Amino acid sequence: MAVCLRTSRAIINSLQSKVGLLSMISQSSCWSSLTHHREPPFSSLKAQNVRDPDANFCDKATLYSSRRFESVKTEKQFNSPDDVDHYQILDFPGGKVAFTSEMRFISESPVERAHCYRVLDNDGQLILCSKFKKVSEEMAIKMYSDMVTLQTMDAFFYEAQRQGRISFYATTIGEEAINIASAAALTIDDLVFPQYREPGVLLWRGFTLKEFANQCFGNKADNGKGRQMPIHYGSNKHNYFTVAATIATQLPHAVGAAYSLKMDRRNACVITYFGDGGTSEGDFHAALNLAAVREVPVIFFCRNNGWAISTPTTDQFRSDGVVVKGRGYGIRSIRVDGNDALAIYSSVHAAREMAISEQRPILIEALTYRVGHHSTSDDSTKYRPVDEIEWWRSARDPVARFRKWIESNGWWCSEAESELRNSVKTQLLQAIQEAEKIEKSPLAELFTDVYDVPPSNLSEQEKLLRETIRRHPQDYPQDVPI
Amino acid sequence: MAAVFQGLGAATALSVSNSLDSRKFLVSSRKSLSERKASFLVVRSDGRVVPRSNARGRRAEQLITNAVATKPDSSAASTTSKPGHELLLFEALREGLEEEMDRDPHVCVMGEDVGHYGGSYKVTKGLADKYGDLRVLDTPIAENSFTGMGIGAAMTGLRPIIEGMNMGFLLLAFNQISNNCGMLHYTSGGQFKIPVVIRGPGGVGRQLGAEHSQRLESYFQSIPGIQMVACSTPYNAKGLMKAAIRSENPVILFEHVLLYNLKERIPDEEYICSLEEAEMVRPGEHVTILTYSRMRYHVMQAAKTLVNKGYDPEVIDIRSLKPFDLYTIGNSVKKTHRVLIVEECMRTGGIGASLTAAITENFHDYLDAPIVCLSSQDVPTPYAGTLEEWTVVQPAQIVTAVEKLCQ
Repeated sequence: MAVCLRTSRAIINSLQSKVGLLSMISQSSCWSSLTHHREPPFSSLKAQNVRDPDANFCDKATLYSSRRFESVKTEKQFNSPDDVDHYQILDFPGGKVAFTSEMRFISESPVERAHCYRVLDNDGQLILCSKFKKVSEEMAIKMYSDMVTLQTMDAFFYEAQRQGRISFYATTIGEEAINIASAAALTIDDLVFPQYREPGVLLWRGFTLKEFANQCFGNKADNGKGRQMPIHYGSNKHNYFTVAATIATQLPHAVGAAYSLKMDRRNACVITYFGDGGTSEGDFHAALNLAAVREVPVIFFCRNNGWAISTPTTDQFRSDGVVVKGRGYGIRSIRVDGNDALAIYSSVHAAREMAISEQRPILIEALTYRVGHHSTSDDSTKYRPVDEIEWWRSARDPVARFRKWIESNGWWCSEAESELRNSVKTQLLQAIQEAEKIEKSPLAELFTDVYDVPPSNLSEQEKLLRETIRRHPQDYPQDVPI
Repeated sequence: MAAVFQGLGAATALSVSNSLDSRKFLVSSRKSLSERKASFLVVRSDGRVVPRSNARGRRAEQLITNAVATKPDSSAASTTSKPGHELLLFEALREGLEEEMDRDPHVCVMGEDVGHYGGSYKVTKGLADKYGDLRVLDTPIAENSFTGMGIGAAMTGLRPIIEGMNMGFLLLAFNQISNNCGMLHYTSGGQFKIPVVIRGPGGVGRQLGAEHSQRLESYFQSIPGIQMVACSTPYNAKGLMKAAIRSENPVILFEHVLLYNLKERIPDEEYICSLEEAEMVRPGEHVTILTYSRMRYHVMQAAKTLVNKGYDPEVIDIRSLKPFDLYTIGNSVKKTHRVLIVEECMRTGGIGASLTAAITENFHDYLDAPIVCLSSQDVPTPYAGTLEEWTVVQPAQIVTAVEKLCQ
């Protein structure tokens, strides 16, 4: 559909008449619009005046309608027929492009990989001239304590699974900085849509060790009423949306939630987490696209930890990681060192401000390493070298790195360290022992919450089940309350 | 096929006598799925005005519904001689949608081309101008994702209506509908609710090809946590749309491509239709014909022929595809003892297959003959007009089936 400048007026006229015709056609034979549906060239285009100073999102209705039909008139330059000199710039749907007579393919990979933002060096010392958001002593200590708690919690629950006390667990080892520092940079009003490796965000927000244990044991004190596997936490009180086992399905949810915040003009944003593997899912691409087109305040946080179960990133994508994909959707992005708590804190803080004030999505790629196995059902030594895992566990431990920084500030010492670790251990042991003893959800909870009120067919099925259990009690678990 | 139906079958409201002992029916104690908190009047389509009370009281009443309001309402300020106003089915859907959007600012619409384009079938025409682009959201072509977006928005308090341009496209949204929409209320322990409405046109149209002639109700019927309803007249289209929006559960509203231009006179005053009730289209004595959506019209056409031949079929539009209104259906089976199901779904795994199983399980003793189910064949819908016609159940087949059943 190349448009020549000289016949611009004629084109405008025919375009406008076609718009009218199209709506007439649609009115009379509705279903034939299906064949048109892939190419309505007039209705849904946006002008390229994204930098329009009047584009204030508060004036939504008029803004959107004026934007939408701008490009039908194919830019204001048609009003002045003197602009015939611009041979090398022409208009296509979507805006102006400059022409070139050189056939140059854009390279599939950049000359240099996108740079990675970090604040602390490997020894936990501030890099000279590094720019970052300052963290107070109180905040830093809470961050560190929570990182230690998360680390300890992982160790204990993993052990509990190995002992057969819970059925499943997935650790967050190596990603403590991502979990805690990103949570610390947000407020409690910001909504969190996690994948499954972000319990630290919930921990930061106040979810207690007892509550974690209850969910893992699936007892009746669990928020989720024992309906989900361990680590599928959820708490509306903490604005942490229940983990679903499906990969990347939370990304469109996050966009929808951000859209809801935008409609209500709340001073809050949404953050959603996913791994490198999740970026291959269709939902990732569509969610990023949707967020950019709809200009919603959401932070897409990718934990690029190098592995999707046994699939390394080289088999997952061929781009320069995930950060470059942001530009593909028109999203501002940054790559950060995922094991550097301060870098994560600063970038999430900045991202949140941009997301809310400019009403735009932001993509953050945090490079890190998944030190633990994918889950308790996995043995990662089968597909990666043991010494690699060990190196990342010790030399690149984000918790140790952060500790070095707070120690060098004089905010922490080894006594505080042992006190913290002991206290957490005791609390965890107690939480696990208690959670184990609490009884499971009663039978009725099998049928509630499927709908708001149990319908007749479910009530019938419940009755039938109770009858069956009554007749054959020896075939059913004794410790589940009826 | 822009057929104009006004007053199908029996034109006057009939009341079935109280000889049907509904209290004997086992499932009579079930409650309605959603509590309706708003207080307003429900105008039954036979003209009776009843207050919206609790469901238990309603169960004891007779469910006689007729497609057209027959009793003039004195409160309606109507300048024409007949009460209510006339409109087409897609306009009725829009009216319902608009009323709910006026009533509750949390209601929003999202889908492809729903904004300024007004939707492929013009159901959302004019809404973007009235409510702005943020409440009537155009999405890119990513069904799984904008369905997911709707789910996320619902979990944070909005009430989105997700439009699939054609129901068949929602197969791309199956993951979100099954794994998230139906499940998250349950798996979160009731913490997050998902009051979405997913709607769109489906069914076999006029030579739209196999991919655009899907009957998704058969694929979705197994998903726990969702409700499914199918509208067939402008009256129930508007009523079901409003009820679906107000429901706290995710509801899938099935419209039919060929029914959008049906014209009917509907009441001026506000009303909703129950999501779990079936509609009695034509009371009868000899055989119960269960149907929904477009097949209702094929059945009614066959009914005319059958009446001429001396049969008295009872026609019920089941409307609620999940859960089935076994109360109404059961009462009918107990009266006629013969059941014919006419559907557009394929033979294998369709709504008819489930309905056959449900009726056999619950009312086996009342049946004098095996249940007959007329459905489409298990083939993709061909493009050629004649072939396409042969995949859809035609009135002649219905007449033959009834005759055979009543021997």
